[in-house]
Amino acid sequence: MELFLDILVAVLLITGCLMSLIAGIGLLSFPDMLTRMHAATKPQVLGFLLIFTALAIHLRSWSVVPVLFLAWGMQLLTAPVSAHMIGRAGYRTKHAAKQSLYADELRQVVDTVSDAPATASVEVSSEESKDSK
Amino acid sequence: MMTIVMWICGIMLGLATVACLIRVAKGPSILDRVLALDVMLLIISVALCLEMVFNRHTDYLLFVVVACTLGFIGSVTVSRYVSDQRNA
Repeated sequence: MELFLDILVAVLLITGCLMSLIAGIGLLSFPDMLTRMHAATKPQVLGFLLIFTALAIHLRSWSVVPVLFLAWGMQLLTAPVSAHMIGRAGYRTKHAAKQSLYADELRQVVDTVSDAPATASVEVSSEESKDSK
Repeated sequence: MMTIVMWICGIMLGLATVACLIRVAKGPSILDRVLALDVMLLIISVALCLEMVFNRHTDYLLFVVVACTLGFIGSVTVSRYVSDQRNA
């Protein structure tokens, strides 16, 4: 039983660290911001779940589980919010590569709200020139 | 056995940190850098958990919770300032 639990802990730890490695490789190799956001969320939820499970099993105690659950729940609650904020800012400042999108349902809404497509296109060109520098 | 597991995990985390640092240095926009630094904070939390597993203590548990909150506040703040003034 002890050996089984130790092997389980080892597998969980290695898989959890693999999630971090996958996030790093994804951050390096994906082409634009939206795909990099997809890669960056890998260790946030699944990686932490695996690592925290390994920690609780290895310590063989139930008393750490509430704190671990607090940390994991915090991550679970805040990850979508920060991802939403980053994606929103990226879309509106034209950092996202929109030519790679198959469907862009947000553009209509953004154009309607901003209510000034002419100035918007001017901003696009100025932002792009800023990015290229 | 635990030592070998720690070596494997440490090497993987080190490679991930190097990848994040390269992205921070290269990143075309500030949002890419924020994303990479967020992942680096997660890697630090995972490393703290690894250390707790290796030495069988729970001293750093609260820091893991604080690191989650810090990453959230940091990325939200920066992306709030990056948003353009047009729709603010």
